[in-house]
Amino acid sequence: MEMTSKKAAPKQSRVKHGSRTFNIINATILLIFTVIIIVPMWNILISSFATSDALSNGNFIFWPKSLSLDNYRAVFQDSGIWQSFFISVLKTAVGVVAHTLFCAIVAYPLSKRSLKGRKLYSAMGIVTMFFSGGMIPTYLLIKSLGLLDSFWVYIIPALFSYYDVVILMNFFRQVPESLEESARIDGASDWRVFFSIILPLSKPSLATIALFHGVWQWNDFMTTKLYVTNESLYPLQMRLYNLIVQSQAASTTGLKAAVAINTTSRGVQLATIMITIVPILILYPFVQRYFVSGTMLGAVKE
Amino acid sequence: MLLKGVFLVETREKVVKPGIGEKTKRWFRGFGKQWQLQTMILPGVIFMIIFNFIPIYGLSLAFKQYSVTDTIGGAQWIGLDNFKAIMADKYFWESVWNTVGISAIKLTVEFFLPIILAVMIYEIPWAPFKKIVQTFTYLPHFLSWIILGGMLINWLSTNGLINEVLKFIGINAHGNYLLDAGKYWNIAAWSDVWKEAGWGTILYLATMAGIDPTYYEAAEMDGASKIRQIWSITIPEITNIIALNLILSVSGLFNSNLDQTLVLMNSQNQPKAEVINSYVYRVGLTQGDFSYATAVGLGVSIISVILLIITNTATKKLNDNQSVL
Repeated sequence: MEMTSKKAAPKQSRVKHGSRTFNIINATILLIFTVIIIVPMWNILISSFATSDALSNGNFIFWPKSLSLDNYRAVFQDSGIWQSFFISVLKTAVGVVAHTLFCAIVAYPLSKRSLKGRKLYSAMGIVTMFFSGGMIPTYLLIKSLGLLDSFWVYIIPALFSYYDVVILMNFFRQVPESLEESARIDGASDWRVFFSIILPLSKPSLATIALFHGVWQWNDFMTTKLYVTNESLYPLQMRLYNLIVQSQAASTTGLKAAVAINTTSRGVQLATIMITIVPILILYPFVQRYFVSGTMLGAVKE
Repeated sequence: MLLKGVFLVETREKVVKPGIGEKTKRWFRGFGKQWQLQTMILPGVIFMIIFNFIPIYGLSLAFKQYSVTDTIGGAQWIGLDNFKAIMADKYFWESVWNTVGISAIKLTVEFFLPIILAVMIYEIPWAPFKKIVQTFTYLPHFLSWIILGGMLINWLSTNGLINEVLKFIGINAHGNYLLDAGKYWNIAAWSDVWKEAGWGTILYLATMAGIDPTYYEAAEMDGASKIRQIWSITIPEITNIIALNLILSVSGLFNSNLDQTLVLMNSQNQPKAEVINSYVYRVGLTQGDFSYATAVGLGVSIISVILLIITNTATKKLNDNQSVL
């Protein structure tokens, strides 16, 4: 983090005499690009408040003819949505804590150059970044571990990521050796040093890993699709997926009755989309602070 | 993959060579002294063995005849039979063709567009506007494909956003775009561009932030135009990242997006929407032909690794004979 802010400083002072025309054209094109991102999202937001009549008539981009909270009411009436919301929150919360702590524990010894067997451990880690068994062998593994249809399938296979370990390892190396030494002289063990010195000093890096993993956990749908059939374990993403697939199936039949179902379910779908996005939008400003450290630091250090 | 540099820089301690026995003994003594550190790394090693290396071993299924009652080790070897069957599989080739078609559009645009956008964002003189552009264009990256898929279905429906905009401009509206198989490749590719183009600028912008501003001042004094400055200062400074992205793009030609396909595919567009991943999913997990599906997955990953090696070698030239990966 510090690094990037230092780097950003000279950029701001950069004198810009550039031609006016260039700046105007440049800004206009970027503005159009930004509008192309914003308008469709606004369209979804406002459509989620449209009445089913307004939805079936169409004829709006920015503002439907009539607004109501019916879609949201319909969504919240279904107790399943609360169950899914709970699962989503739980898997994200437990997943974030477990993943961050697990990766940090593994990253700490790897940050020590004197660690015996370090080359072997890093070689193993690199292999995991480039090769995987793919969908079927992984499925068979999860099945033989008894993780199918278990809440823990959301947490355990996601505990470890070597990419995150490398990011943390580089952060841990920045902690001054002298701090650890003085604790060791007082007789602290490695575990003790890790928990009472390293972790408290590495909050920004832990936050980076936690936030990115949190977004991943919240958005993850494939784990459910592949390994979970028990509806009471469905997170929001899976619920939304099922709504979408049902209405898609209805729209391909082209029957009148199906089209009618489709219009009502479209409102429910839109409201569910918004409910699923809101936590991401709440997290977004926090994640934003760690964009660069999350993608870049591992690469530029050393 | 970016991180490889980290591992290459290892401090090599040159010590006077002791005898082999002495060396091993000293190694174990050192290991014993750091037993606490070793207990910390142990969970990671166990995790990698179980969740990464056992599935890699499971790839041997590709050469076996596996049925649900078998264990992976106990299944019967059948050599290359699965691969021979794949060669003759019409649906497999259809999925390869769709994957490559969608990837080609997507990767080309997603290679060039972020470079252009990054340069443009970098050139904005007014910080708040820069911040607004970045905040909004990075946002879609954080939405899941399920959310975006749900949005797309609404935008592309008969009275959705796209048709409304067309009506507004005075062009005849189309029906539901997702029911038109001929349009699927473009829908899949351009929706990914919409999601990722903004986020794609982040590495470029982080690198550009490190460019010495005096370069531009000097160029300005020499009367260099804006375009000239971009071409001769900005672009050379980001060549590394460009090369890296080029390698990732080309080697991603056979990668397909399972989330996206599962949410956007329907019975009408399936012939154009089925990609390699969704085919593996369907054959393996829906129809239960595990070894055949594993063989498809393995074959495609081998092709991807070969592509990665070829492009990495080719881009060395672009990058002063140094490997980017």
